[in-house]
Amino acid sequence: MSSNVITVPVSQTETRPWVDELHQWLTTVDHKRLGILYILSSLLFLALGGVEALIIRIQLMHSHNNLVSPEVFNRMFTMHGTTMIFFVAMPILFGFANYLVPLMIGARDMAFPRLNAFSFWLSFLGGLLLYFSFLGGSGLYGAGSAPDVGWWSYAPLGARAFSPGHSSDYWTLALLVSGFGSIGTAINIIATILCLRCPGMKLNRMPLLVWLNLVMAGMVLIAITPLSAAQIMLLIDRYLGGHFFDTQAGGSAVLWMHFFWIFGHPEVYILIIPCFAFMSEIIPVFSRKPIFGYPVMVAATVCIAFVSMSVWAHHMFTIGMNSYANSFFTLTTMAVGVPTGIKIFNWIGTMWGGRIQFKTPMLFSIGFLFQFLIAGLTGIMMAASPFDWQLSLSYFVVAHFHYVIVGGILFAVFAAFYYWYPKMTGRMLSERLGKWHFWLFLIGFHLTFDVMHIPGALGMPRRIYTYEPGRGWDTLNLIISIGAFIQAIAILVFVANLVISYFKGAIAGNDPWDAWTLEWSTPSPPPAYNFAAVPTVASRRPLWDLKHPEDPDSRYE
Amino acid sequence: MTPAAGMCSSPREVNDRDFARVRLHGGCNAENASACLFGSTLALHSIEFRAVESRPLCNRNKEKVRTLVMARISEVENGRREMSMLRMKSSTVRFLAQTMLLLFWSVMAVWATEPKGSSPHGTNIFAPASTPAKSIADLSVFVLVITGIIFVVVFALLVYSVVKFRGRAMDSGREPAQVYGSTQIELAWTIIPILIVVVLFLATARVIHAIEDAPEPAGAVEVTVIGHQYWWEFRYPKLGIVTANELHIPVSDLGHPTPTFLQLLSADADHSFWVPELAGKTDLIPNHPNRMWMDPERTGVFVGQCAQYCGTQHAKMLLRISVDRADDFGAWVHAQQKPAVEDAGASAGRRVFEGNACMNCHTVVGTPANGRFGPDLTHLMSRTTIAAGAAENTHDQLRLWIQNPSAIKPGSLMPAMKLSDADLNAVVSYMETLQ
Amino acid sequence: MSAVTTSFPNTAAAWDLPSRGKVAMAGLIIAESAIFTIFVVAYLFYLGKSVTGPTPSEVLETPIFYTICLLSSSLTIHLAAKSLERDYRRLFLGFWLLTIALGGLFLYGTAQEWHRLIYERGLTISTNLFGTTYYSLVGLHAFHVTAGLIMLLMVSTFGFIGRMGVSQSGRVAVLSMYWHFVDAVWVVVFTVVYVLGR
Repeated sequence: MSSNVITVPVSQTETRPWVDELHQWLTTVDHKRLGILYILSSLLFLALGGVEALIIRIQLMHSHNNLVSPEVFNRMFTMHGTTMIFFVAMPILFGFANYLVPLMIGARDMAFPRLNAFSFWLSFLGGLLLYFSFLGGSGLYGAGSAPDVGWWSYAPLGARAFSPGHSSDYWTLALLVSGFGSIGTAINIIATILCLRCPGMKLNRMPLLVWLNLVMAGMVLIAITPLSAAQIMLLIDRYLGGHFFDTQAGGSAVLWMHFFWIFGHPEVYILIIPCFAFMSEIIPVFSRKPIFGYPVMVAATVCIAFVSMSVWAHHMFTIGMNSYANSFFTLTTMAVGVPTGIKIFNWIGTMWGGRIQFKTPMLFSIGFLFQFLIAGLTGIMMAASPFDWQLSLSYFVVAHFHYVIVGGILFAVFAAFYYWYPKMTGRMLSERLGKWHFWLFLIGFHLTFDVMHIPGALGMPRRIYTYEPGRGWDTLNLIISIGAFIQAIAILVFVANLVISYFKGAIAGNDPWDAWTLEWSTPSPPPAYNFAAVPTVASRRPLWDLKHPEDPDSRYE
Repeated sequence: MTPAAGMCSSPREVNDRDFARVRLHGGCNAENASACLFGSTLALHSIEFRAVESRPLCNRNKEKVRTLVMARISEVENGRREMSMLRMKSSTVRFLAQTMLLLFWSVMAVWATEPKGSSPHGTNIFAPASTPAKSIADLSVFVLVITGIIFVVVFALLVYSVVKFRGRAMDSGREPAQVYGSTQIELAWTIIPILIVVVLFLATARVIHAIEDAPEPAGAVEVTVIGHQYWWEFRYPKLGIVTANELHIPVSDLGHPTPTFLQLLSADADHSFWVPELAGKTDLIPNHPNRMWMDPERTGVFVGQCAQYCGTQHAKMLLRISVDRADDFGAWVHAQQKPAVEDAGASAGRRVFEGNACMNCHTVVGTPANGRFGPDLTHLMSRTTIAAGAAENTHDQLRLWIQNPSAIKPGSLMPAMKLSDADLNAVVSYMETLQ
Repeated sequence: MSAVTTSFPNTAAAWDLPSRGKVAMAGLIIAESAIFTIFVVAYLFYLGKSVTGPTPSEVLETPIFYTICLLSSSLTIHLAAKSLERDYRRLFLGFWLLTIALGGLFLYGTAQEWHRLIYERGLTISTNLFGTTYYSLVGLHAFHVTAGLIMLLMVSTFGFIGRMGVSQSGRVAVLSMYWHFVDAVWVVVFTVVYVLGR
């Protein structure tokens, strides 16, 4: 056993009353516990958002179906989008960042543990507030329920005139509250990374996951806040008689679009960059080689962060901007594909010449590479604004962004689960169930989202609760819906794996994957203080140096 | 966890499940790959048994298993083990592949026989029938070819690296060469994508300008489109026509073009005008007029629908464009310019119409009815559908629509007028005279 | 499973990292700047677009005196922070209270201006686009001044009971960063509303 492990005396492992344990979890400021709380809350909202997706898919199975009324359908797609972006994707990525960043930089916790807890509970409260709208959204005339204005709430649909009742207010407040939580976490991440690195860990020796979360946190600061500002403006319109987006008073619906997408586009990069981080940690370990081109990966990510702030109006190609504006945003959108492509090449370069092990984290990573490539290319197609005049607002773009979010982000998150679950719980996830999960999900995913591009190209717009039978969309929608159910089954397999392995999984030990970053030097799960003695590092892969003293990285960096 | 030493409670033949319990240090080559959970770099030098389940192996059986496993391991080193593992997996893969193919082809068969609709034209963006749609389709093919090439190249690299560099059991314990990067390669795969972006951008910018900055020729037909929740208002300012939901425009001949230029406005929320085979979509945004054009080269009926979520019945805000030959178009215009037909037999219905709130929302030219909130009904019977395509324009549907709009389009802004049966029949008869 | 001894090599280098309070406050300032930028953009975009009602040049009066108050409070808070670094506690408290007074005076000036605009000139947040954007932007800034004043008051309480000393100078420096930010925002808002917008 390692000399840095302090054995815990037996008396401390006696079982405590469950109320005590619950209280510990509710009042914790430990970054590891908060990370797990973020992840668990995301899984809860994933289930809710998933049910909403299945309702949508059953309704769309054939033309003129009437499983749900148009009002309910419109609430379903609004809640599905809002839930998945704000209460699944963002929290789960913050959860992993919370757990891993201090461990990877050799720190004992985040810079501001209480702010950390506050941010988590704000985020969770936002989710509860959003779902309370089903009960409380009625307002004075029983007019509302859950929000039904789409997750962008385009003006003037969000105004009092078009959204009576409180449904729109729940949407606004839920996101405003959780937005402040996100800003708190972002500030915390930045302060932790800049101020709490262990001795020897210069900025160019940090693991790529740490670098990429730093970039992501910086983006959160300047991307989430425009949405918060726009939402404050919407509240002023709705409650104080303001005219920010009141077209009757000379206000501009397009201004809302600009504000929303100045948030909305960097937001999707905020979601994908931590997934790049997971890939940059997992692919090297399972290829048995260091990441190919570490400095280029950092530079490309910073480049993506900057360029992504200049592409937002590619979501607005159809609103009638002049040809110069359309050309500008076409150029910047295509340009952001260059650093992104460089990253894909670097991951393949990492695998090249390696000894690839096809454990479940690597399977999901390879799936990510394949799917993110395709998603990026359909993005380039839509970057050409005339092509986008046909593809925008159709199921083609729905297919594209689900390819990124499910095929990219969710696959990377699954890889991260299989890779770091042993560290978090001390037990390995079952490889058998993992492979079932992977293959079932892969088949369901491709059945749904490969096919979904076709109705888009055949003229099927998005956000419609039903469609005409003569358009040739029926069979395609049926296939898409079947794939959705296969994915749902795969998720159940995944959840079963999480639960069963918690009790029956093989003991993991410190370092089941023979990896090289600092978190693998701690016991699994790590003690509350993370490291008995704060480590000192001399290279990007401190554990490689220890395992291979004859050939340390520090000689080559 | 070491099993209890030696005692066999029920000595039996070693079976496949015993292999599942074998955990080996070193490379993974147990019968059941999922039993092998660790990829350690330590060399293969010992086999240790761990009882995963509660029935440990007795010593005699342990010896048997050990021998068999050692034999299997040497098979690996001859490369034969790999093949049998592949073979074992391949039966599962074959089964899956066969099932998928069967499913795929049956679905394709069903799709091929699916009725494609009564109108001769569909909504396929790759079946353009007008210059803007064609420019877009041509550019799209160019973009698809380039992105297709990129996909094939990168996909090939990915597959190659996954196959060629997969870790084999005999590799265990040795790490591959630790390569940190290569400046030349990085430069190459930065510069080539930049060049591709430049080419794509230039091709795209040409099309953007060609479509958006096209000048309006003298012979163009002008239509003002006003989007409503959930119907389309069409006004031809120069021709003095107002109609709804179904547009008539002349076919345009490349030698003597008569395109149609549309000005796009909105009375309430955001909408989007999308008839895929005639043009890309353009939004209708309140307080933000937009402009688009189309010059259809074929006659016929082209369909589309609203593409920007505008509220409850966004899904049923359909578009129907009838592209007519020049003489047919002229005849249609002439008919539309006339005021409403006066049919004495329908005077009872007309009284119901004007006596209830109908005339507050609807216009019938030549009568006191001049409401602007709902569609112009002057020539209602010249349209094939009602409620923006949500229903056919038949007697029964029209009657149902007036009696209870929610039965056809729940959430539409037309209220149920709660007319008596007699009044309802009368008003429907009146509507049917509005040719 | 690999067993790795985790005794890491020792490096005796000096390892200086920035203070987390300052980094966090810088992050907050960046985020708040983005919020203010959006409100400023809305203000500029809607200049001249009001359909009815009073225009900026008709009703706005440039608040020179109150601006000077607010901007000098930056100077006084800077002097307060410097005094605390040297442990001159009475001087610190003096400058600190002066800062609060100047900030409070600025808020009073804003309140007075709003009273005049609402009751004498008929400009409210719902009057027209100018009213909406003006009250939102200036109001957002005033809200941040108020939040700052509350924090300054809390610190002055600690000062009165003798708890503020040189060991608190780091925290005071962080708080004064916030105060400087609020002043800098006012420079921008003042320029946009009272100079460019008229």
